[in-house]
Amino acid sequence: MALRSTGTTVPTLPAKDNTARTQEETILRLDKLNVFYGNFHAVSNVDLDIQKNRITAFIGPSGCGKSTVLRCINRMNDLVPSARVEGQVLYHGQNLNSRNVDPVEVRRRIGMVFQRPNPFPKSIFENVAWGARINGFKGNMAEHVERCLRQAALWDEVKDKLKESGLSLSGGQQQRLCIARALATSPDVILLDEPASALDPISTLRIEELLRELQTHYSIVIVTHNMQQAARLSDQTVFFSLSDTRSGILVEAGQTEQIFTNPVDPRTEAYITGRFG
Amino acid sequence: MAVSALPERERRTTNDTPALDLSGRRNRDLSERIVKGFLQLCAALTLLTTLGIVVILLYESASFFRVVPIWDFLTGTTWTALSSGDQQKFGVIPLVTGTLTISLVSAVISIPIGLAAAIFLSEYAGNRTRAILKPVLEILAGVPTIVYGFFALTFITPVLLKPVLDVGAFNGLSAGIAIGIMTLPMVTSLSEDAIRAVPRSLREAAFGLGATKFETSVRVVVPAAMSGIVASFILALSRAIGETMIVAVAAGGSPAGQTGVSAGLFDVTQSMQTMTGFIAYTFSSDVARGSSQFYSLFGVGLLLFAMTFAMNVFSQWVALRFREVYE
Amino acid sequence: MSANVQADTIITATPEPSATFTPRTRVRRALGNVWRVIFLGSTVLAVVLLGMLLWSILEPGKDWLSWRLITNMPSRIPEKAGMNSAIWGSIWLVGGSAIFSFVIGLGSAIYLEEYAAKNRWTDFIQTNISNLAGVPSIVYGLLGLVIFVDLLGMGRSILAGSLTMGLLILPVVVISSREAIRAVPSSLRQASYGLGATQWQTIRHHVLPAAMPGILTGVILSMSRAIGETAPLIVVGGASQVLFRPDGPFSPYMVMPLQIFNWTSRPQQDFEHLAAAAIIVLMIILLVMNSLAIILRQHFSKKNRW
Repeated sequence: MALRSTGTTVPTLPAKDNTARTQEETILRLDKLNVFYGNFHAVSNVDLDIQKNRITAFIGPSGCGKSTVLRCINRMNDLVPSARVEGQVLYHGQNLNSRNVDPVEVRRRIGMVFQRPNPFPKSIFENVAWGARINGFKGNMAEHVERCLRQAALWDEVKDKLKESGLSLSGGQQQRLCIARALATSPDVILLDEPASALDPISTLRIEELLRELQTHYSIVIVTHNMQQAARLSDQTVFFSLSDTRSGILVEAGQTEQIFTNPVDPRTEAYITGRFG
Repeated sequence: MAVSALPERERRTTNDTPALDLSGRRNRDLSERIVKGFLQLCAALTLLTTLGIVVILLYESASFFRVVPIWDFLTGTTWTALSSGDQQKFGVIPLVTGTLTISLVSAVISIPIGLAAAIFLSEYAGNRTRAILKPVLEILAGVPTIVYGFFALTFITPVLLKPVLDVGAFNGLSAGIAIGIMTLPMVTSLSEDAIRAVPRSLREAAFGLGATKFETSVRVVVPAAMSGIVASFILALSRAIGETMIVAVAAGGSPAGQTGVSAGLFDVTQSMQTMTGFIAYTFSSDVARGSSQFYSLFGVGLLLFAMTFAMNVFSQWVALRFREVYE
Repeated sequence: MSANVQADTIITATPEPSATFTPRTRVRRALGNVWRVIFLGSTVLAVVLLGMLLWSILEPGKDWLSWRLITNMPSRIPEKAGMNSAIWGSIWLVGGSAIFSFVIGLGSAIYLEEYAAKNRWTDFIQTNISNLAGVPSIVYGLLGLVIFVDLLGMGRSILAGSLTMGLLILPVVVISSREAIRAVPSSLRQASYGLGATQWQTIRHHVLPAAMPGILTGVILSMSRAIGETAPLIVVGGASQVLFRPDGPFSPYMVMPLQIFNWTSRPQQDFEHLAAAAIIVLMIILLVMNSLAIILRQHFSKKNRW
C-alpha cells in the first residue's frame, strides 16, 4: 500500500485480511450527532457507520472532536455537566441517546480504553475481575480473568503475580491490563482513545498487534493522532476536521486504502500529506 | 585565503580580557549568610520546642515519680489528688478511662457523620451545594472550644439528654458529643482531601466498565483513599484526647468511679474527669509549687503527651504505609 | 526497529461464547440512591448541629448584649459586669503571639522551602512540626509555665502568655507559609536567578511578595485560633480577676475565652447569660477575622494569575 509522500519507512504489521468483504455489517450508526459544551458547538452533524469486526480509526488535527465523538458512543459525555448531545447513536437498532437507555447498560457492552493507562490500585486479578463482578458475572471468575488476560496478550507475563498491584507493571503492560479489564465485561465494541500515545514504540507495536487479533471478535474504534498507525492498523478511516465556525465536523470516511491513496476531499488530502495539522 | 569570518569580539584572546569572576562571592556575602543563619535558627526553634516539651515533662514528673511509684500511678484506680495526707491517692486509671470513654463517644459521632459528609461533598454535591455546605463545616471547625463547652453544659445536657436519660448536670456524654461535633469537620476535611486526591482517570475507568455512581465512589474511590481517611480518624481521636475546655466545663471535676453517684469508671451519665480536665481544674485554683499535687500535673501531662504523640505518629504511618500510588 | 515480536504476544484465547451477566442495573441504582440520601442527610445533620449551637448561644445571650458589656470591667454584679479587660488582654495577647509566630514561622518556612536540601533531615523537621501541631494545647501551657513563667522569670505576664501561645500556633503558620511559598511557580525563581540575583534577593523581591497573601491568610487564621484558646492560659496566666487593661508586657491579663470560662463556672443564671453574650462578642470578632482572611485570599488570587 503506497502512502502519499510521508517520506519515512514505516514498520508493517502482517498484512490485513482484505478478503471476504462481501458483507459489511454495521454495528453502530451515528446519525446527525451534535455535541455542545454550554454554548460552544463542539461537534457538528456527524453521520457515520461503523462496521462490525473491523478497526475504524478516527484521525484529524487536535481539538476537532474525535475524542468527543468517541465518548458519545458509550455515553461518557454524561460525566461532563455542561455537555449536551443531540442526534442518534444507533446500536443494535436502539438509540443510545434516548432517555430510556441507562448508560450503565451501555458501558458494559461498549468498553473503553483511555489515553493514559489507568489501572485500579488493586491487584492485577482484581483489576480484571471488578468490572465483571459489579455487572453480575456468573461463572468461574478465575477462568474468566485468565481468558481476558490471554486475549490481551498479558497472561504469560503476569500469571505468577496476579496478586500484585496493577500499578507495578510497566506502561505498556498496564495498558494491556486496561484492555483485559475492558474485555472482562464481554463487550462487543471496544473504544480506544489514543491508547498508545503515552507508550514507547515497541509497546505501541504490541498493542497494534493485539488489536489486529482482537478484531476477529470485537468491533474496534480507535482515535489516533498518528497517521501511520491509522494507515497500517485500520480497515476504515474517518477524517475529522474543524469547520469555519471552529466546530468539529466529519470530512470524509471510507476504506483506509482509499483514504490514504485516493482521498476524495481536498482537505483530507491536505492533512494526510502533511500540509496542515 | 583564510579570512576569519568570526565577528570582531570573538577574535580577542584570553590574554587581553580581565578574568570573569565566577566564584559566586556575591552569594556568599556576609548579609546572605546572616540571613541564612537566622532562618536556620527559626527552623531549629521548632526542634527546640519539641525538645523543651519532652525535657520539662520528664524533668518535672521525675519529682513526682520519686514519691509515687510509676506502677502505682499507672495501675491505681483511685485518684484523689486534691485531697491531702493519707487520702491523697494518685492512681491515674480513672482519668485515663475518662479520657478514652469520652473520646470514644466523640468518635462515634465524628467518624460516621464526618466520612459520610466527606463522600457526599466530594462525590455527589454540585458546586453550588458545596459552596453552601463547606462554609458550614468551616464554621463548626472554627468555633472556640470554650463555646462548645458552653453548648454542652447549657444545651446538650438539659435539652437533649436530660429528657431521655438520667444524667447529672456534669456528665461525660454531653462532653463527648460536643467533642464529636467539634472534630467532625476535621474528619470531613481530611477525608475529602484524600478522596479528591484520587485521580479522575480512576473514576473514568470505573464508569467505563458500567459501574454506577455509588459503585464507583464507594468501591473504587473511597478504598483508594482509605489510608488518608483512616489517618483522619486517628487524628480526630487524638484531638479528642487532647481536648481540655469542653470537658473542663461540661464533664465535671470529679473523676468517674470515685464517688457514690458515679456508677463506675465508664459511667458517662455522671461527672467524669479526663487527664486534660484534671490539669485545667487544678490550675484554676491555686496550686502550690513543689507539692506532689503540682508534680502530679506533669506526670499526667507526660502520659497525655505520650498518648497523643503515639497516635499522631501512628496516623502518619498509616497514611504513608497504605498510601496508594496512582501513577 | 523491526516488527519482530515474540511468540507470546500471539493471542491464545478467544472470548467465552456466552459469558452470562445479570447486571441488575435498576437494583444497583436504587441502592445507590438510598446511600446518596444517607450521605446527604449526614451533611445536613452537620448544618442542623451548627444551628443548634448558634441558637444555644443567641437565645440566652441576645438580651445581655450591650455597650456596657464591652466597656465595663468584670464585677460580682452581673448587671454591671463587662469584658473590657478581657478584650484588651486578648488584643495584646494575640498581637504578641502573632508577631512571634509570624517571624519564627515564616523564617522556618523560608528556610525549609528555599534553602534546605530536600533530605531526611528536612523531612524530620517537617514531621516534627506536624507532630507539634497535634500536641494538646494544655501541654503547651505546661511548657510555658516552666520555661517562660518560672525559668525565664516572666511571671504570669502577658509576655509569657504571648510566647506560649506563639509556640502553640507556630506549626500552623509554618505549614501554611510553606504551602504559600511552594505555590509560587518555579518559573518566577528561574527568571530571577537567570538575571543573576542571589538567593535572598530572589526570595525577598519575588517569592515572598508572591506568597504573601497565602502567608497572611495563614497568620490571620492562626490568630483566630489563638484568640479562642483557653487551656494553655489557664496554666500560664489565668488570673481569675483582672480589672484593668494590660499596661506592659509584664502585666497580668485576662482574655475573652477565660472570662467566658469564669462566668460559665458561676452558678448564677445571670452569669450564664453573660457568658453567652460574651461568646457572641467573641464570635463576631472571629467572623470579622476569618472574613478578612477569605477576602484577602480571594482578592490576591484574582490579582496573581500566573
